[in-house]
Amino acid sequence: MTELVIISGKGGTGKTSILASFAALAGNAVFADCDVDAADLHLILNPTIQSRNVFSSGHEAVIRQVDCTQCGECYDVCRFDAVIKSESHSGELKFTVDPFSCEGCGVCVWFCPVKAIDFPECVCGEWYVSDTRFGPMVHARLGIAAENSGKLVSLVRREAKKIADEGGRDLVLVDGPPGIGCPVIASITGSDAAIVVTEPTLSGRHDLERVMELTRHFQIPVYVCINKWDINPEMTESVESDAVEAGAVLLGRIPYDREVTNAQIRGVSVVEHGKGPASESIRGVWEKWLTM
Amino acid sequence: MNIAIASGKGGTGKTTVAVALAQTAAGPVQLLDCDVEEPNAHIFVKPEACITHAVNVLIPVVDESICDANGKCSEICQFNAIVSLKTKAMVFPELCHSCGGCLRACPTGAITEEEQQTGIIETGSRDGLEFVMGRLDVGQAMSPPVIRAVKKHTKQDALTLIDCPPGTSCPVIAAVRDCDFVVLVTEPTPFGLHDLILAVETMRELGLPFGVVINRSDAGDRRVEDYCRDEKIHLLAMIPENRKVAEAYSRGESITTAVPELVPLFRSLLEKVFELVGEVRT
Ligand code: SF4
Ligand code: SF4
Repeated sequence: MTELVIISGKGGTGKTSILASFAALAGNAVFADCDVDAADLHLILNPTIQSRNVFSSGHEAVIRQVDCTQCGECYDVCRFDAVIKSESHSGELKFTVDPFSCEGCGVCVWFCPVKAIDFPECVCGEWYVSDTRFGPMVHARLGIAAENSGKLVSLVRREAKKIADEGGRDLVLVDGPPGIGCPVIASITGSDAAIVVTEPTLSGRHDLERVMELTRHFQIPVYVCINKWDINPEMTESVESDAVEAGAVLLGRIPYDREVTNAQIRGVSVVEHGKGPASESIRGVWEKWLTM
Repeated sequence: MNIAIASGKGGTGKTTVAVALAQTAAGPVQLLDCDVEEPNAHIFVKPEACITHAVNVLIPVVDESICDANGKCSEICQFNAIVSLKTKAMVFPELCHSCGGCLRACPTGAITEEEQQTGIIETGSRDGLEFVMGRLDVGQAMSPPVIRAVKKHTKQDALTLIDCPPGTSCPVIAAVRDCDFVVLVTEPTPFGLHDLILAVETMRELGLPFGVVINRSDAGDRRVEDYCRDEKIHLLAMIPENRKVAEAYSRGESITTAVPELVPLFRSLLEKVFELVGEVRT
């Protein structure tokens, strides 16, 4: 079984539209949406949810006001400025935890002399196993302003692999998040190959450089395809030659095409939509990948 | 005043809007690039006289001659970043959140802390615009420490514009925290709408005032506009699709230089934001 991750470094390069087309072309794959922070793949694959699961991870400090003696120890030990000290009109101190700043390190819980701080597990989101018209899909929704996206990504990948193993499917297609931080690292470590979808802009080039440094760091073989290549043909040439020099294999170019947006509006993949030049090019990229 | 420019979905034109606002605003202005995983604003600002400094985090170091493997450190650590083995404790720096818990909990005093670089900050300026950017080192997982370090450069007496990372999780929270207003940039597509809704829910949860800019406003459908109307969300500006904008962007040219006709649009966008912030404050 092969696990193929599609990433982009820079957001909005068309990664999900391309992945949805690959899903339509693949035949016998499982899909994993690991862009858990802004998951969009379901808008095209239109999954029917089979099982819904709670994702809890990490903890959050909550001060029990009835037991708190206002000693201020938690305020002193918290390195994330998450403990807020306020004073009432009568001069009485009050300590509370700002849930958005709390990292869940538990240091205040450990050092509170009267054990007045609770440390419940956080519900950080939900994850789903679904059926789509192209095969099974594992996806998730990270709670608003929640942490631990890296752990949720690992979970989605693990479940997708399990389904592939059990169902005898030979490919897991992973939609990865933008950037180079923890959810991206969680998406690529241990995968078999990464396709980076980029665009011919200075920003795209800059971000491709960084994301390829990351794939090198984790020793993942990397393939590059340029979307909207005709926005700047010269830049396309130079991005491609930089990519090859950095060790990537080129999979092809996709032109700017309004039909990509029209397909999205219809809720179908670009290759199913079947109109415009991008559809043919995406097919070409997929066929090239199959020869690798 | 601090104004964050954010978006649920990446690639909607957040950086373009942030740079354009910074270049059209009057008075002392600073632009902070907090998209530290993939910072791009410098490409358009082209800052001069840049100074680079390291952003360090504190990582525990165990003195093996003192450590008696009592295990208190691994007991307190919530992130499995320090593990007490049979004879000594071992640190996994890439998992460490630098909370200082193990240092405090260790009864033998075997743990000290050492600074380790996790990213850099670059400061510079261009035509009166002060520019600060953070860049996470490749291979590092956690961007909030670098984002917080960038935000330390916020000046009280200036207009501070903050280019945020995409998404709705911890890096975004670190970037928008303590801002007076958030400008959410989106595009009129199903993906744009879906990710905008998540961003709106996040801002509501955080209690931050916000408004929406629709970029490439004629390149999709009307659902984003309808959503904003139904939800009574301030629609701050609509920027029409323009091949000249896309081409200038690809060359690293800022939108206000490439398409000066758009300058008034950004001026009035900023005025609307000032008005709304004023309403919130009074
Ligand atoms: S758990 Fe850690 S981050 Fe949260 S309030 Fe306590 S000390 Fe601060
Ligand atoms: S500083 Fe905190 S996160 Fe780092 S090893 Fe110590 S207890 Fe764990």
